[in-house]
Amino acid sequence: MAKRIDVSGLTAYYGSHKAIDDISMSVEPRSVTAFIGPSGCGKSTFLRTLNRMHEVTPGGRVEGKVLLDDENLYGSGVDPVAVRRTVGMVFQRPNPFPTMSIFDNVAAGLRLNGTYKKSDLKDIVEKSLKGANLWNEVKDRLGKPGSGLSGGQQQRLCIARAIAVEPQVLLMDEPCSALDPISTLAVEDLIGELKERFTIVIVTHNMQQAARVSDRTAFFNLAAVGQPGKLVEIDDTERIFSNPSVQATEDYISGRFG
Amino acid sequence: MTDVMTDRRPLTGQPGDPLPVSLKQARLPRWSPPVIALVSAAAGCGIGLAAGLDSRIQWGLIAALLFIVGTYALAAAVEGRRQAKDRLATSLVWIAFLLAVIPLASLLWETVARGSKVLDGYFLSHSMGTLPDAMPGGGIYHAIIGTLEQVGLATLIAAPLGLFTAIYLVEYGRGRLAKVVTFFVDVMTGIPSIVAGLFVLSVWILILGFGPSGFAGSMALAILMMPVVVRSTEEMLKLVPNELREASLALGVPKWRTILKVVLPTSIGGITTGVMLAIARIAGETAPVMLLVWGAKTINSNPFEDAQQSLPLYVFQQWQQGSEASYDRAWAAALVLIAFVMVLNLVARGIARWKAPSTGR
Ligand SMILES: Nc1ncnc2c1ncn2[C@@H]1O[C@H](COP(=O)(O)OP(=O)(O)OP(=O)(O)O)[C@@H](O)[C@H]1O
Ligand SMILES: [Mg+2]
Repeated sequence: MAKRIDVSGLTAYYGSHKAIDDISMSVEPRSVTAFIGPSGCGKSTFLRTLNRMHEVTPGGRVEGKVLLDDENLYGSGVDPVAVRRTVGMVFQRPNPFPTMSIFDNVAAGLRLNGTYKKSDLKDIVEKSLKGANLWNEVKDRLGKPGSGLSGGQQQRLCIARAIAVEPQVLLMDEPCSALDPISTLAVEDLIGELKERFTIVIVTHNMQQAARVSDRTAFFNLAAVGQPGKLVEIDDTERIFSNPSVQATEDYISGRFG
Repeated sequence: MTDVMTDRRPLTGQPGDPLPVSLKQARLPRWSPPVIALVSAAAGCGIGLAAGLDSRIQWGLIAALLFIVGTYALAAAVEGRRQAKDRLATSLVWIAFLLAVIPLASLLWETVARGSKVLDGYFLSHSMGTLPDAMPGGGIYHAIIGTLEQVGLATLIAAPLGLFTAIYLVEYGRGRLAKVVTFFVDVMTGIPSIVAGLFVLSVWILILGFGPSGFAGSMALAILMMPVVVRSTEEMLKLVPNELREASLALGVPKWRTILKVVLPTSIGGITTGVMLAIARIAGETAPVMLLVWGAKTINSNPFEDAQQSLPLYVFQQWQQGSEASYDRAWAAALVLIAFVMVLNLVARGIARWKAPSTGR
């Protein structure tokens, strides 16, 4: 199921503004890779190039290659819709569909794609909610609106929604930044479980979180404000946090940044 | 709750004032504004009478002025300058509100008072037929049918066109074409209804050679309605947070399905409200109907052939007749028209509330 990602020479623009420059890296299947780096260095931008969400932004443009098990996402004839079905995404702010119930939110991806059997829907929703550690909290109110949940529950609902379509890669952009420590822990545990099945990439500003959940860590930086962001290094998380090969990484992690 | 907590301005004073010792402050009692209003209204009437002013408007202005000055002076004396200014602003807002409401209320009052005279079941269920104009009797059934059909057809034309245009502008429109479309929608918003009528007249009747019909009127009404629908729908679609679109796209949902299943359901309440208000707006149009539908005295329920009647045109024609009976009929028809528009407004509000995305627990 899970696929590996190979990025080479990836550059992304917003209009004429170059946001990230010449990034190359590999992400192993069934692993968690964390992106860290100062604000504005292009972590979200890079993440969004991995499922072709970047081009949804007006003026968004990408150069370079992203291989998903040897298939180039930006190759000619590749359908961005198919890419996004394979590479799911969880956003920084929980964004359940306000017109839909909890059940419908989880079922949304399948329903809107029209790719499901009616009889399976209930099972898939239950499985996804269980997978997102939310089942016990919502099993009696599946018909209630999803926006009536707490922030942390909403975020787990969004995770359930993302895993319900069975993607092969799951991208998470600061999924815990709006959550309390307990919900954060729940989501982190969840990431630990999900990596058995998915390839996970997570952006975080929380060093401890990166250290706790990830197998590999990538550090991004930008030379100066207005300059494009670059990948400084990517390595095993343990190494990055104990003995990074680049001085800037150590400075950033130990708080001696800028 | 304590006094201090309910007081919305505990820490007060001019910049130079010494800090207040206590958070509590002398306040005018709650009943003071209505009492001041009553007193100044009475004083306004008194002064008006004494000075022999004929115009009630002058009485009202004097009373308003007294109210403003009185409130300000009292508040300044008791509560201090800053609160006095606050009350001054409040009084001005109230007076502006009254000024806006008075014409509305008196219009409604006048129409109800005069219109209810002949408004009954017979009036609603009969046409004018061959009744002579000066005779009492007759009804507006033919006009109601006409208005419903013309407005309905206009909505069938304008609502989908307007909806799709707005979707194009908000969801797809980038670059030149979108700018051109926006420009023309703006221009269309300003088209006077008589011009829309003349346009359809010259194309449909003079060039293509069709006769007058409800449908011809509908086309002119649709021209008037479309820009309103586009504008209101555009605003509603823009209110849908981008995050929802992205959430849907990131699930691998194609863009058109995202619009259909996520964007439109989220904004459907506001969109229907906009359409309803646009309908209410065109239901009272007279000029294009006069040019294109011509009006009739008998029932014609086929909007595609021959002249029809419509409520606003009926009001106009009855008023023109100038007899006592026709005046009554004009007022009654006007009352029905107002009621129709009001019902539309209420329905629009109901739909907006019913369809609003729920946030409740
Ligand atoms: N929609 C946009 N239009 C134009 N420029 C953008 C847009 N979004 C981001 N940028 C620019 O791209 C650069 C990278 O932004 P990005 O959001 O990827 O940073 P980030 O690393 O995710 O920051 P943060 O940690 O604060 O989320 C920034 O210079 C930003 O100003
Ligand atoms: Mg970001």
